[in-house]
Amino acid sequence: MDDIRILSTSGLGALIDELRQRGYQVMGPTVRGDAIVTGEIRAASDLPQGVGDQQDPARYRLRERGDGAYFGFAAPAQSSKPVFFPAEEVIWRGRRDNGEDDHFTVERDTPDTSRKIALLGTRSCDLRAVQIHDTVLASRQYIDAHYAARRDGTFVVAVACSDPAATCFCASMGTGPRPSDTNPQTGEPSYDLLLTEIAPSDPDLHHFVLEVGSAAGLEVADAIDTTPATLDDAHEALAVTSHAATQQSRAIDTDTVADTLRASAESSRWEEIATRCLACTNCTLVCPTCFCTTVSDVSDLTGENAERHRVWDSCFSEQFSYIHGGPMRESAKSRYRQWITHKLSSWEDQFGMLGCVGCGRCITWCPAGIDIVEEAAALGRARGVAPTPATAEAG
Amino acid sequence: MDDIRNPAIPGHGATVAAGSVADTLAPPPAPMVPRRFAITRVRQDTRDTFTLLLEPLDGEPLRFAAGQFTMLHAFGVGEVPISIAGDPRGTDAGEPLEHTIRNVGAVTRALVNAAPGTEIGVRGPFGTTWDAADARGGDVVFVTGGIGLAPLRPAILDVLAERDAYGKVLLLYGSRTPDDILYGDEMRRWADLNDVNVQMTVDNAPYGYKGRVGFVTELIGRAGFDPRSAWAFVCGPEAMMRASAQALTARGVAANHIRMSMERSMKCGIGLCGHCQLRELFICVDGPVLSYDRLEPLMSVREL
Repeated sequence: MDDIRILSTSGLGALIDELRQRGYQVMGPTVRGDAIVTGEIRAASDLPQGVGDQQDPARYRLRERGDGAYFGFAAPAQSSKPVFFPAEEVIWRGRRDNGEDDHFTVERDTPDTSRKIALLGTRSCDLRAVQIHDTVLASRQYIDAHYAARRDGTFVVAVACSDPAATCFCASMGTGPRPSDTNPQTGEPSYDLLLTEIAPSDPDLHHFVLEVGSAAGLEVADAIDTTPATLDDAHEALAVTSHAATQQSRAIDTDTVADTLRASAESSRWEEIATRCLACTNCTLVCPTCFCTTVSDVSDLTGENAERHRVWDSCFSEQFSYIHGGPMRESAKSRYRQWITHKLSSWEDQFGMLGCVGCGRCITWCPAGIDIVEEAAALGRARGVAPTPATAEAG
Repeated sequence: MDDIRNPAIPGHGATVAAGSVADTLAPPPAPMVPRRFAITRVRQDTRDTFTLLLEPLDGEPLRFAAGQFTMLHAFGVGEVPISIAGDPRGTDAGEPLEHTIRNVGAVTRALVNAAPGTEIGVRGPFGTTWDAADARGGDVVFVTGGIGLAPLRPAILDVLAERDAYGKVLLLYGSRTPDDILYGDEMRRWADLNDVNVQMTVDNAPYGYKGRVGFVTELIGRAGFDPRSAWAFVCGPEAMMRASAQALTARGVAANHIRMSMERSMKCGIGLCGHCQLRELFICVDGPVLSYDRLEPLMSVREL
């Protein structure tokens, strides 16, 4: 659907208003504390205008950009994962009736979906992560009913990424910086609307190139003020993401990485990584595709009422693999091996795709600065698979 | 905590009668919500092992195939995955749902100490099956130890239900001590009435013990079966299953004729929580019963 238009900066507020009037809860990037996170967007002023970021291994800092760009940063500290898949939620509530048979009743909890979600400003890595979760959580024999209910009817305003961080490697993963038009698994449109921000130093020339991706997107685009775009505008938008791709120095070789990890189970590298890995679980908490959870039974003091909660969990915790007799993965090396092998290899066996979108969060938020790209490359080198020049530089 | 004290918050989820038919027939719309069962009897099998007999409160029998497991929930305590130990044909005959449990943790303690009449939650059945019928026409070797006999029992009963369809049937059983032997009377009946070659061994025995002492894997080498036609079904601790599979393949049993039931941490039972992963496998949905040719490379790596 080659429907390309120009949206003015003031039109961004109109777009948010239009979505809210249509009943959507608009969720997008916003500054909380010293980080950009995903929160409710009620007006354009909630967006991190003029805020950029600097990300390096074990380092995340916000900075003043010195321009008025609304989306001039890389992967926010948290992706849109919690919007559909919150860190903790109630699955069911149970109550013991004081009958003589120790009777209890269980009431299934369903999420409040009276307001559909509109994602605003989701960049390609995080959009791909949502598509991955759609497969993992909602397209298999059993589905996560809460996820599916929240995800149903979502409207997506994606943003083409203009300012990747030093930790980013989406270009090598084939997941960005420009989102694919369609979900490769389903063939459905990846987004309803796609914004590419053109933010030159002259604020008068600041605007968005708006691309319509779906029928729902067309309806919204027609309801707000836009002007027709020229071929030059379309090229200018594409230049933003091609430039962003060239800014990325890290790269994973997706042709070889799954085989490399499959063959590296007994590598001596794991021992070495374990001397640095704190098993703190940060990487799994910021990862937009990590989906592991545990359950926690919460009861009140009387024991009459209980709730079952589903809570994010991490394969880095010792408890994660615990069965009677001890944890299956007692050593930190086995837990790091599990995590990276799952992301970059066994995910492909399970779901027909890799589980990494190249957002770089695990590198940024690792307190020890452990770099998934470098670790994958080191395992490849040990197997005699030549690293790409980009990873050699990054190392 | 307000939510706990007010479970019926308006607009916060429709009440489903736990255990309604709609809840449990495939595909279950709410596989995470337990059905209610009442404990009709708790039978002590050994020092630390008990068998729970359960009746569905909604009257709808829980149909299962040999090898499948359920998630048993002690209200307010927690939930554990337990293989079903009963006869797959018993469900429609009105027999109670049967689980054999070792008292080793908070949830299992609550379950085995529950008085008859206590209600517990049951989710499932989940997971893959033994499919012992694949062994028709050949010899069948069950290799198991300790409480590992419980998940195998439905498969043994499947074989015995059409005993003539199989060649020799062997049950090689090991336990830690003579006191830990599970289903001892039943094993004797199988030997006496069903032409099952039952061989037992114990790891440790008191002075004067007359039976065989040693590991169950040692029985495999000299057991009388035709390895070319044989199928083996193995259940026990992972190290025992690996050693058994190695002894079986050394005898010439094909790796894809050896099945075993894997144990992993499980929180959901439906392939979503991620805890049970063994590299590319979700043990709860791809297993727990898996073929040794699939498992062999995964079992040979420590802490995978």
